[in-house]
Amino acid sequence: MPDVYDALAAPARRAILDALAERADQTLFELVNRLGSDPATALTRQAVSQHLQVLEDAGLVERRRQGRYVLHTLTPEPLREIARRWLTDPQEQS
Amino acid sequence: MIGIHLASVFVTDQERAKDFYTRVLGFELRNDVDLGPGGRWLTVGNPGQEASAGVPAVELLLEPAGHPAVAPYQEALVTDGIPATSFSVDDVEAEHARLVELGVTFVQPPTAMGPVTTAVLDDTCGNLIQLAQMNG
Repeated sequence: MPDVYDALAAPARRAILDALAERADQTLFELVNRLGSDPATALTRQAVSQHLQVLEDAGLVERRRQGRYVLHTLTPEPLREIARRWLTDPQEQS
Repeated sequence: MIGIHLASVFVTDQERAKDFYTRVLGFELRNDVDLGPGGRWLTVGNPGQEASAGVPAVELLLEPAGHPAVAPYQEALVTDGIPATSFSVDDVEAEHARLVELGVTFVQPPTAMGPVTTAVLDDTCGNLIQLAQMNG
């Protein structure tokens, strides 16, 4: 299972997180279009779907079914873990 | 010259589709002909649009979803939020507000996507529909 560092290593997956940060509960279609608005981040639907799986396995994206739609939301808790691990002032710990 | 005269969307319920596409979305009823067990020849058109220069006005056929391929087709598209049909609007924010007031479900609120601002709604008959406003 990929950990959060593997998930963040790919520029395409960081672009997907940027797009997801714009709004919660996005369909795959919306996400692909947001990325496609900028040629630098454009990806095929299949590529976005595969990257989403990696992000979901790493705990960075939540996928849920609402009625007939599948929606994706950024879940940044693993990033807070990173901040808690290293972004602590050593002075405060002494 | 070949002109687009008819496009179709498969609808799971023609009576509900007739109401949604006319009363809610605002298209005009063009044909509602009983075809017996095959359902109805049900078409709608753009308000006020008539044939011009020998080209007939565009009609949208609200076609019964009886064929076994339709249900898995609709389900796969809707799961991923994909609208197979797109309508143009002059003010997508205003249409979004009007339709939400009428109880329409939007899967995607108006969002700038490069040269267009789009929104995606559920037609209650098995389809997602995109509304698109050209920017600038």
